[in-house]
Amino acid sequence: MVQVNISGIMRKTEDSPTVFEVEAKNIRQLLVNLEKHYPEMKPHLDKGVAVSVDGTIYRDNWFQSIQPDSEVYLVPRLAGG
Amino acid sequence: MTHSSDFNAEKASNLKVIGTRPARPDGVDKVTGRARFGADMNLPGQLVGRILRSPHPHAIIKSIDTSAAEALDGVKAVVTRDDFAENPDNHAVLCNVMAREKALYEGHTVAAVAASTATIARKALKLINVDYEPLPHVTDVDAAMQPDAPVLHDTIFTSGVDPVPTIPSNIVARCEFGHGDVEAGFAKADIIVERELKTAATHQGYIEPHACVASVSTDGMSELWCCTQGHFDDRKICAALLGIDVSRLRVTASEIGGGFGGKTTVFIEPVALALSRKAGRPVKIVMSREEVFKASGPTASTSMRVKIGVTNDGRMTACDGEFRLQGGAFEGSPFDSAAMTAFACYDLENVKSVAFDVVVNRPKGAAYRAPGAPMSVYGVESVVDEVALKIGMDPIEFRLKNAVRDGSQSSYGPKFGPNGLVETLEAAKAHPQYKTPLGPNQGRGIASGFWFNYGGETCSNLNINADGTVTLAVGTPDIGGSRASMCMMAAEELGIPYDSVRATVVDTGALGFNEGSYGSRVTYASGLAIINAAQQAITEMCKRASMMWDIPADAVTWEDGYAKPSGANAGEFEPMSLAEIAAIAANTGGPIAGHREHNADSAGISFGTHIVDTEVDPETGRVDVLRYTVIQDAGKAIHPDYVEGQFQGGAVQGIGWALNEEYIYGDDGKLQNAGFLDYRVPVASDLPMIDTVIVEVPNPGHPYGVRGVGETGIVPPLAAVANSVSAAAGVRLSELPMSPPRVLKAMDDAKQAAE
Amino acid sequence: MSGTHVSTTINGDAVEYVCDVEETLLDVLRNRLGLTGAKEGCSTGDCGACSVTVDGRLTCSCLMLAVEAEGHEIGTIEGVANGSELHPIQQKILDHAALQCGVCTPGVVVAVKALLEKNPDPTETEVRYWLAGNLCRCTGYDKIIRAVMDAASEMRGS
Repeated sequence: MVQVNISGIMRKTEDSPTVFEVEAKNIRQLLVNLEKHYPEMKPHLDKGVAVSVDGTIYRDNWFQSIQPDSEVYLVPRLAGG
Repeated sequence: MTHSSDFNAEKASNLKVIGTRPARPDGVDKVTGRARFGADMNLPGQLVGRILRSPHPHAIIKSIDTSAAEALDGVKAVVTRDDFAENPDNHAVLCNVMAREKALYEGHTVAAVAASTATIARKALKLINVDYEPLPHVTDVDAAMQPDAPVLHDTIFTSGVDPVPTIPSNIVARCEFGHGDVEAGFAKADIIVERELKTAATHQGYIEPHACVASVSTDGMSELWCCTQGHFDDRKICAALLGIDVSRLRVTASEIGGGFGGKTTVFIEPVALALSRKAGRPVKIVMSREEVFKASGPTASTSMRVKIGVTNDGRMTACDGEFRLQGGAFEGSPFDSAAMTAFACYDLENVKSVAFDVVVNRPKGAAYRAPGAPMSVYGVESVVDEVALKIGMDPIEFRLKNAVRDGSQSSYGPKFGPNGLVETLEAAKAHPQYKTPLGPNQGRGIASGFWFNYGGETCSNLNINADGTVTLAVGTPDIGGSRASMCMMAAEELGIPYDSVRATVVDTGALGFNEGSYGSRVTYASGLAIINAAQQAITEMCKRASMMWDIPADAVTWEDGYAKPSGANAGEFEPMSLAEIAAIAANTGGPIAGHREHNADSAGISFGTHIVDTEVDPETGRVDVLRYTVIQDAGKAIHPDYVEGQFQGGAVQGIGWALNEEYIYGDDGKLQNAGFLDYRVPVASDLPMIDTVIVEVPNPGHPYGVRGVGETGIVPPLAAVANSVSAAAGVRLSELPMSPPRVLKAMDDAKQAAE
Repeated sequence: MSGTHVSTTINGDAVEYVCDVEETLLDVLRNRLGLTGAKEGCSTGDCGACSVTVDGRLTCSCLMLAVEAEGHEIGTIEGVANGSELHPIQQKILDHAALQCGVCTPGVVVAVKALLEKNPDPTETEVRYWLAGNLCRCTGYDKIIRAVMDAASEMRGS
């Protein structure tokens, strides 16, 4: 199981959970399983998120591997000016 | 072949071309006036396009009658909202490009004409009859958040809160980042400082107004020439808004006269295409400076609350911030990056950072250099300065005590890797400016700042020419000398002179998709693609040499521009130069090239620290910048001149933001200073030299260690200048810009309070 | 529409054109004569991107009507280099990397050339005030000022 930390717009109330657990070996599985097990996340996932794996932020790379002990955060999709 | 982007310490310490300062390949054209910018393109039979803009900050558009304009001699086409189909995927951009039910800000495009001359086009605009029903408006971010504020969109129900509101408002979204327990952290603090601060909206201020020429043929084949930071992005959005295939639209990026984020989206381009399609002739549109101010994409104004708790020995125990950003009339202010970057310099046990995205009756914001970060960092670094002062600690020592290092958890979640914040602080402490005594009415300010940097979708081609020279095809517009750095990286890898390599920014027909020149990504992402493309070409050249020598390809190595047998066992052969291999390419398998397509994800984060000395005139409140030093981690500077240039340019834009620049709205909701005279960007006589120190802590995700450098330079200066002015004036200012009247009033108020 | 006929000299060459009375010199240079080196950044005389010389005097071509060029000598960026030989200020701007996007550069070159013809040995402060009418948003001016000082020094032969 991978521990997924959420932040930003997905963190809706002071006491809402910030860590979710899903089975995932890569980013695609992570997103698919989050949507399956936590359907309330679907609107945010549909709009687009980036995934930070061990400190590197991936915007689109579905097949980036994730280890069971990887540090995983869902973060906004940012680019810059 | 596989491509590695891992840092290669041996390679990075043996670079020959990287780190030198050659002249840029486009330099002569730029100093002689030969370079062609957006407005310098003309096509045969071209018409002049002009835009009718809303005089109202907020109004229902009841009807638009274009019949009189269409009847005017010389008018070839008029377009309105009726010429653009609804497009749910790109609704906000569509509505911004051409107003639909409502005009949402003064300057919002309502109609456009194409005519044979500018005079006729201007006349035609006056003949378009628009029936408006003016509505109440709001331009201030705090006012727009009030429950009784005029609501711009009845479709906005704040997201990021639970439960979702049942009534619409101007608050698009709330976001929250952080960890720990800030209340528990504040309970441990010896001193707590909490401040409300504000920053004004500013404009990127590129000197070249938006300009484009569009030509749509009767068979639907379309061409667009424009000044843009991302012509592939423009193609995507224009094709979508016009309902044409991407393959039928070819976009060519002209030379670009500055962008800073403001040319990452479209304004006039879809309008020119629609006019050209209707008129059957090419159409050129060039914005006036007034249009640039009123109807392109400035950045957000903000209001914020920042609270920081510290122990007497200088350890931060809790940080809490709330940041409210208006992004103009549509969602999309950089609220999330403001929240994420606010406390990013500090290693914190307890931090909470909340931000709101708010809509108001102002032009739709666009990106501006490290979007969101300069404002929130201004708030945080101002309060950091104040707490350090309160506990009597040197501001650099205070920052060093709390700075993030390799492995620190960031304030927005993920752990940071190797980074150069501490190195920039140490360099600041050691810099002569930091030790120079100050005179009366003078003050010194310090601030640090952070930006993520970005990579993204990129492809580049490298072609070996028969004469031994090399041409590069790059898909990211050259906004500040990147063709030079591309040539340097190719020359470095291939082992040939810099002058043998030439780079071209090619049109959208010549390469696969490239994201634009934003996010400090060009030297990193396009450059990495060039490095990889060179490596691919080297593999092929080694193969060609092996054919000549009749030995296995893997028995050939590449060294300093030559293919060589890899060792005694491989055989004794005279090394073959790149030029020798290129000359016989036709006989050994055909042209030799390398290419690389990637989604670059390992852009290194970047930190900077700025030192600024100012003097405040107690009579007038005028601030003089006496001395300024930028210290920033570049990972590895490819062309140090242009790295310094990015540092200096960012710092000066930040100085303007701190001291002069602001969007001033009247009660009528109209912009009062839509010109350079009244908006007042910094001019040469406002400034001293801008000293620079390039720190190089390698990015582990790049073979040379490159980090993006374009954006971080604008993050610290707002706060650095504010801290300096506060020290010089003897009173803390909490609103930008620190214009003379504001500084004078703060000093007078402080004097009166003391009496 | 009846235009006005104008005879003038541009970069040493006799030039004739017909223009509308409302057209600026910048409009005519760019749109009728194909001299697009001068840029329109503001059309209000604030940015200096359209700098030319009129009888040697630095002028914003966006603030001058095209008909006013009658009988005068106009100098534009296209006439600054001597054939393929760059003017020292052009070379020094390249040497110092004193440009990023380059859109202000033609105006800066024209302005600096005019300065150094009047004042071959300007102080840094004099250069900064002379160039206060030439906005550059990319460089923060640092490298431009250094390039100007270096060009002035070289032209003085020191």
